[in-house]
Amino acid sequence: MSDIHMQIDGKEVIAKKGDTLLEAAKRADISIPTLCYHEKLKPYGACRLCLVEAEKNGRTKLVVSCVYQAEKNLKVRTRSKKIDKIRKTLLELLLARAPDAPIIQDMAREYGAEKDRFQQQASFCVHCGLCVRYCAEVKKKNAIGFIDRGIRKEISFIPEIAARECESCKECFPLCPTSYLQAAYVLVKGLTFLPEPPDPQVDLLDQGMEQGNEKK
Amino acid sequence: MDIEEINQIIDRHHGEASALIQVMLEIQSKNHWLPGKALERVAEKLNVPMTRIRNISTFYKAFSLVPKGRHEINVCMGTACHVRGAPRILETIQEETGIKAGETDSDLKFSLETVNCLGCCALGPVVEIDGKAHGKLSSADVPNLLKSYE
Ligand code: SF4
Repeated sequence: MSDIHMQIDGKEVIAKKGDTLLEAAKRADISIPTLCYHEKLKPYGACRLCLVEAEKNGRTKLVVSCVYQAEKNLKVRTRSKKIDKIRKTLLELLLARAPDAPIIQDMAREYGAEKDRFQQQASFCVHCGLCVRYCAEVKKKNAIGFIDRGIRKEISFIPEIAARECESCKECFPLCPTSYLQAAYVLVKGLTFLPEPPDPQVDLLDQGMEQGNEKK
Repeated sequence: MDIEEINQIIDRHHGEASALIQVMLEIQSKNHWLPGKALERVAEKLNVPMTRIRNISTFYKAFSLVPKGRHEINVCMGTACHVRGAPRILETIQEETGIKAGETDSDLKFSLETVNCLGCCALGPVVEIDGKAHGKLSSADVPNLLKSYE
């Protein structure tokens, strides 16, 4: 009963109730490019790269496949001139922010996106929210969050929590498409983490002198 | 602002997480800014993550994470006020208080901001202090106006 019959790129696909178009496509081995999607996390719909054309009753609209739910008799197209053009522009905008990110570069090649179409304003963070959402939803530590808004929005660690949790975790690090997260971590660590409490056995002065000698 | 007052504000909202912004607004209006300790208390009592609180407190301009003066001066720099002499009013206020727009004086008496339109252009040039609008000002009025605030 709960099976939903629909079409993706001309292929008959049976989706389950509550499936997003992206999940339905995945199951049918049809790939849709994504950046902010992660299977363990709730749909976020931030990067918009997964947009597709959805046709219903003869009308076509552009929807974001990671949040749009499967519907009966929907006809989905994952590539078209229009979609490719939008993805190209999105990638060009992303490249202005994160010119050296391999994942973005790979997709840019696929869609013919030009690196210099928009003036570079490298901020490295592309606001995919993967680290923020992973820490909140999976690790449940909330060690990192967004601050500020608009073009000044950025990720920011809560030093007290990060000092306790991150060193032994680092699970969100590989998720970052641009490596900015690692840089932000090094920075917060250097600026705010307190040095490890000294071993009470060792005299502080001795320790300082030993370290000084080592360097020589 | 002591922890008791913060507890009272939180209790008034029955410690509900959905009241987070209201609680923050009340602390902001009582204390003129949101100290870290107060926010930690709010996070703990309402059971919301600190990331969320920092997200909200940096998102809305109504919140300040740095100390603010007891009196908040907003000088309107909108077009109408501008042509009616707002820049000169601002200059006089800056001279009188010794602070520039965006700053707070060391006695925590005044914080100075410029705004882009207060929506009462007929009263221009307008200066709003603690929510009260003072219209049709001239720079000669400024010193007395500021003196009336403690
Ligand atoms: S490394 Fe830190 S920020 Fe990242 S998931 Fe782990 S606890 Fe959260």
